[in-house]
This record gives sequence, C-alpha cells and structure tokens, in this order.
Amino acid sequence: MCRVVDLQQAVLVKNDERAGTLRTELAARGTTVVNLLSSPGSGKTALLEAELALAASRGVPVAALTADLATEHDAERLSRAGVPVKQVLTDGLCHLEADMLRAQLDGWLPDETRLLFVENVGNLVCPASYDLGESLRVVLASVTEGEDKPLKYPTAFGLAQLVVVTKDDIAEAVGFDEDAFRANVRQVNPGVEVVLTSARRGTGVGMVLERALAVAGGERAHRPVMARTGSASGDVTGFGHTHAHPHAQDLGHEHLHGHGHEDLHLHTPVAGVPARSHS
Amino acid sequence: MHEMSIAVAMVEQVTESPAADGYGTVSAVRLRLGELAGVVADSLRFCFSLACAGTVLDGAELLIDHVPGRARCGPCGAEWATGMPPQLCCPQCDGGRAELVQGRELQIVGLRHTRSDTADGAAHPASVQVKES
Repeated sequence: MCRVVDLQQAVLVKNDERAGTLRTELAARGTTVVNLLSSPGSGKTALLEAELALAASRGVPVAALTADLATEHDAERLSRAGVPVKQVLTDGLCHLEADMLRAQLDGWLPDETRLLFVENVGNLVCPASYDLGESLRVVLASVTEGEDKPLKYPTAFGLAQLVVVTKDDIAEAVGFDEDAFRANVRQVNPGVEVVLTSARRGTGVGMVLERALAVAGGERAHRPVMARTGSASGDVTGFGHTHAHPHAQDLGHEHLHGHGHEDLHLHTPVAGVPARSHS
Repeated sequence: MHEMSIAVAMVEQVTESPAADGYGTVSAVRLRLGELAGVVADSLRFCFSLACAGTVLDGAELLIDHVPGRARCGPCGAEWATGMPPQLCCPQCDGGRAELVQGRELQIVGLRHTRSDTADGAAHPASVQVKES
C-alpha cells in the first residue's frame, strides 16, 4: 500500500531556527555576532587581528571565535590582542552551523561582550548556506583573488551585508581593478557597501569596526536582494532558505508561488516518474 | 561538501516528522531545489543515498524539481530570469531594489512511503495529506 505525503519543510529550517534563537538570546544580553566569510588565505585573520586590537584600544568589549579544520595557529595569533579568543576545530567539516557556535559559547563568552567576531572556515561555498545567528555577515576578498570572485561565488557574495577587500596595499602591484570588482559585486548584491582595507597599513580597519558597532547599536544592516525571499522564518538577516512555515514540525499546505497541490505530489509510481533533469 | 549536512538534515526532517511512525519504508522524496540555493544536485543525490542508509529511507530515490531563479523589480515592475551567476540589478531600470520571486528553495515537498504494518491508517495528523495510490 503506497501513500503520498505532502511534507512542506525547508531542509535547513532547523539550523535557521537555532540561528534565530541564538541571535535573539545574544541580542538580549547585548552581544552582536559578526560572521566573517572568505576563501582560505584572503587575509581574514590578519584583518581580524587589526579589528580586535583597535576595539581593545577603544575599550569596546569584543571576543573572537575562529574555526579551522586543523591547528590552533589562528587563535594563537588573535590572542595577542588580549581579548577572549577561542579556537574551534571542525575536524574536517567545511563550515560552521548555528548549534556548533552555540555549543562553543556556553561558559566561555563573557557577559559584557559587545561584538563577537566569528571567523568561519576558509571556504566561499559551504558557509554561505548557514546562518550562524549573526547580525552582520561580512564577505572578504583579497586583491590577489581576481575581480570576478563575486560572480564565481554568487551565493557568498550575494548574501553579504558588507563586502571587504583585503590586502589593498598591494592592489597596484597585482593590477587589481576596483571598478570591475565593484561592478561584479553590484550584479549579485546591489546596494551592498564595499570597504577597501589593508591590515598591514591599518586602512579601512576603523570603518569595518564602525559598521559592526552601528549594527550592534540597532542600525539595520543591508538586506541583500538574494535574502529578500519573503521567507516566513522571521530571521532579520534573511539568510534562511525559502520557508513555507516557521516551524519544523508544522506540516501544512501553504504553497509557494501559487503552485497547486498537483505540483507537489508524487502522483505516479516512482518507477514511472519521467527522467530527472541533472544540473 | 555541505551537501552531506543537508542530506542528513533531510533524513532527520522526514524521520522526525509527526507522521513518521506510520511511514514504514520511504521509497521516494521530492525536493524543490532553487538555482540560487548554493547546492549541487548531483552531489546532494550522492550524499542523500549515504544519509538514508539504515533509516526508513534506505534506498529511497531523491526526485529533484529544479526551480529557476527569478527576480522582480519593485519600483518598475520588471520581472526576469536571474541566470547564474545571477543578475540581481534590474535589467530595465538598473535599480538595485529587486526581490527574488523564486530560486532559493531547498524544500522537501513530498514523499512516497509504504504504510507500515503497525499503522492503523489513521495515524496521520490532519495536517498531513495522504493519498492512496
């Protein structure tokens, strides 16, 4: 006896819910999460070192959590700023998820933390799909990576709330075309701000900190087109994928985009299903 | 390779749904997958087959409905296919205030199962539509 069940659920709804809960809980205690995404080697750690040092010098209570597949090198570097730093080893996993972040914070994150910087695993693909409970998602690209990076990794750049160019001190030497880069960013994420930085020279470091503090102070972060999906998840960043329902266990019949039920059921025996298209 | 995490999440969603007790064996799962979801269909298929092992979904087929990216410009009303990489500035007025109409879906929308012998046929909550076939 075969049956067909209509099960309207977003696959990442559980992560999105956990992220939303974490964001709310942290906001209640005055902590804002900044999620840093980039390729390996783009200069996330160097910029973060500069941000932490600047924040510490201004008396802003900050903390940093850095994720890598292996080694504690980044935590050792970041600790020099004299702020709370924690290394997460993902043991091969290519991204952080909201519950992984939460597990790290319990008993570690000081109550007074204003900004928690999360240095995600160096990877422009997988981390883009996971809301961590951040209120500001920063995507970085170094001048050495090519102006077409935003087009090659459209999900990452398309969901950025701030785009940061790193290693600007060597832009000329590597022939970085800033206008082309900005145009490519605009194609996938119109309206997002692009900030040029050099951790070595210190340029742009203050501006990134300023943007993070503005969001911590209640200013609404940029809402990317790619995140404007009419999601019912209620998350402020809109990183969640399209949800038909806000609750994982809520099974109902609210369909997206006017599709009728007939589009959503397996009417035919599976053996009779037409050949599937492949990506 | 976050497709493995997504495949595991899919299996969890099905096995943890209120109606799961009556599923018996799940033979197929249908997924809506948006062009802009950042998920590779073939990779997901492979991971799904592994994630199903040892569960009621063991051997289940993954049926994917691809959803193309579409955006609409609020100010001028234009609507267009985003393509990949997506064009999210309005091709008509060059504005940057569009909204996605579709393309970020990552949704389980249906499954086929064989009723387990222990199910009385009325074990499903009213919110789950069951069709005999």
